[in-house]
Amino acid sequence: MPSQIEADIRSFIADNFLFREDRASLDADESLLEAGLIDSTGVLELVAFLERRFDIRIPDEDMLPENLDSIRGLVAYVQGRLDAVQAPG
Amino acid sequence: MPPESRTELIRQMICAIMHRGPDAQDLLVRHDAALGHARLSIIDLADGRQPMADESGEVAIAFNGEIFNYLELRRDLMARGICFRTNSDTEVILRLYQERGTACVEVLNGDFAFAILDRSRDRLMLARDRMGVRPLYHARTRDGHFCFASEVKALLRLPGISAAPDPVALDQIFTFWHPLPPRTIFRDVQELPPGHLLIATPERTELRHYWRPDFPRRGEEASDAQEDVIAGELHDLLTDAVRIRLRADVPVGAYLSGGLDSSIVAALARTLVPSRLRTFSVTFATPEFDESAHQQEMAAELGTKHQSICCTAADIGAMFPEVIRHVERPILRTAPAPLFKLSGLVRRAGLKVVLTGEGADEVLAGYDIFKEAKLRAFCARQPGSRLRPLLFRRLYPYLPGIQAQSAAYLKAFFGAGLDRAGDPLFSHLPRFGTTARAKLFFSDGLRAELAGYDALAELRESLPAEFLRWDPLHQAQYLETVHLLPGYILSAQGDRVAMAHAVEARFPFLDHRLVEFAARIPPRLKLKGLREKHILRRSMEGRLPPAIARRPKQPYRAPDSQPFFGPHAPDYVQELLSRGTIARSGYFDPPAVERLARKCAMQGTGSFRDNQALVGILSTQLWHRAFVEGTTLSHPALPAAANA
Repeated sequence: MPSQIEADIRSFIADNFLFREDRASLDADESLLEAGLIDSTGVLELVAFLERRFDIRIPDEDMLPENLDSIRGLVAYVQGRLDAVQAPG
Repeated sequence: MPPESRTELIRQMICAIMHRGPDAQDLLVRHDAALGHARLSIIDLADGRQPMADESGEVAIAFNGEIFNYLELRRDLMARGICFRTNSDTEVILRLYQERGTACVEVLNGDFAFAILDRSRDRLMLARDRMGVRPLYHARTRDGHFCFASEVKALLRLPGISAAPDPVALDQIFTFWHPLPPRTIFRDVQELPPGHLLIATPERTELRHYWRPDFPRRGEEASDAQEDVIAGELHDLLTDAVRIRLRADVPVGAYLSGGLDSSIVAALARTLVPSRLRTFSVTFATPEFDESAHQQEMAAELGTKHQSICCTAADIGAMFPEVIRHVERPILRTAPAPLFKLSGLVRRAGLKVVLTGEGADEVLAGYDIFKEAKLRAFCARQPGSRLRPLLFRRLYPYLPGIQAQSAAYLKAFFGAGLDRAGDPLFSHLPRFGTTARAKLFFSDGLRAELAGYDALAELRESLPAEFLRWDPLHQAQYLETVHLLPGYILSAQGDRVAMAHAVEARFPFLDHRLVEFAARIPPRLKLKGLREKHILRRSMEGRLPPAIARRPKQPYRAPDSQPFFGPHAPDYVQELLSRGTIARSGYFDPPAVERLARKCAMQGTGSFRDNQALVGILSTQLWHRAFVEGTTLSHPALPAAANA
């Protein structure tokens, strides 16, 4: 359910990094780093949230901006991890 | 203005800053001008009263600080036939001024802010020390009178000088941690920048600089081959800087942080004082910030009489409003609060003067920002490298948020301005960028007022013409020494929180002879590879315990947002951060502040960005309440002893 994943991620980012209401409509491709929304601790907060909320494990080698630095990237990454867990075999 | 009204105003101004000088207060009125003074007696306790006038009464001085080479200057003046009435350093300045005029500052080695009223030339001269240890502010009253004081709160007693905020200064604080002088957070008040004079006559006011740090052109520094000679000279200079800073007619103690710099100062001072040196430390209940093991090791090694005081998060929360009243502006860290508590310990122990290790990190390249800039330049030369960014982990072993990052993220975090290696602010772009993110919380109204303002552009414009010819390390050192050092370190963490308890801090590493010498040391001997303050360590080889001598830089930090939430949260926090109060003061966006406060309250935060924003917002609110609304401004009455 990508739409629910996206809603959860957007909600977390709004409460923890965006703060302002006028920035709530963050573009799905906008870089959290370039927008100045996330710092080194923020990345760890985001990873902890994803692991807790979606019950997934994020290995160190996956902690890359291409996975975690935009809403579209985050949704795709989480979906991929969930699919991998659910895949037979 | 009638003379009696003027006298009363000066008395009120003295009352406002009596914490700086509880030993004696006095004022002097000359025709259409007046000087006031609150004295902390350190040299010539009996006869050093101020304001001090010459025999004719034509020239008078009010002086805050110390002239450390006053004995040598006095001897030279006496050799030229000049007679002294006192043994004070104040009179030395007065006599030097009579002999050399405004050029008197050039021979002073000290931490000073003074005013000389010269009736014979119909002028007032203000002067401030080279590094900006002692503060000095000035303003004009509603009817055009020129006024000055050590702290802004004294000027706010005068008609027509309001506490209205300067939005640009707020932007600068939320970028650099301090306003760029002469600007202050108070729209009506200006700061006399370090190393400057101000000459006021009935016709005009002239600002003149007489000193600033200077560095050799890149490639024209001394040779590395002279390392031993340079280390020896540095040791001798530092020893002399400590020696003359022990001059006082009261006992002098020392702060001991547990790090290299204060340990060196204490080690040198111990050999120069007649009795057992007294040392003082602040400890933290939180292990992350606590350095008590190193402090105790050093105190034991030196055999000092050591006292420490523990600062808890609850203490910081409780003290913070009083700290803001003393620092007189918003701040983005709570670090001044534990030092406020420490100066209270010193005062209760019966001391008025302490030596500290402050300044070594600026003049001898100790800060992480210098290493960070070097690594960023290294990464910029090979942008595709996956391994180079991993070196950033070595810079911040005490920050878990950095240690856990992948190379890709490290590169992203420290990559600010990698494509702008020629930018004069290259070394500081990541720091300024991280700090400026707290401006996300600025209200729409404040943003509109600041539309088009660019703090970085103003800083670039202010740099000296020769700046770009210096080595990159020297460029970064200049930015630290000219801006953050006086603007924040020496003021919010230095003079203000020490003088709040009438304690004078002295800084051997900021002796201008040492600063000028250090500027000529080759960059490679200051920052050797990633080893900070290499030449300082060399200069002290064999004179410090090995564990201290080898110890890497551990920045002084204190809990930031933690003191304001949880079971020990002070009462004022919730009210000052509420939507209504935030909206009324107008600086910040109420819903955004509410979200930040909720995040800090519910889960805490280790994020630099969140912590800086939270402390910045809360301190702005406290500052607004104390100064703009004036609700916590209360001062003791002036004793009857002070008279006109």
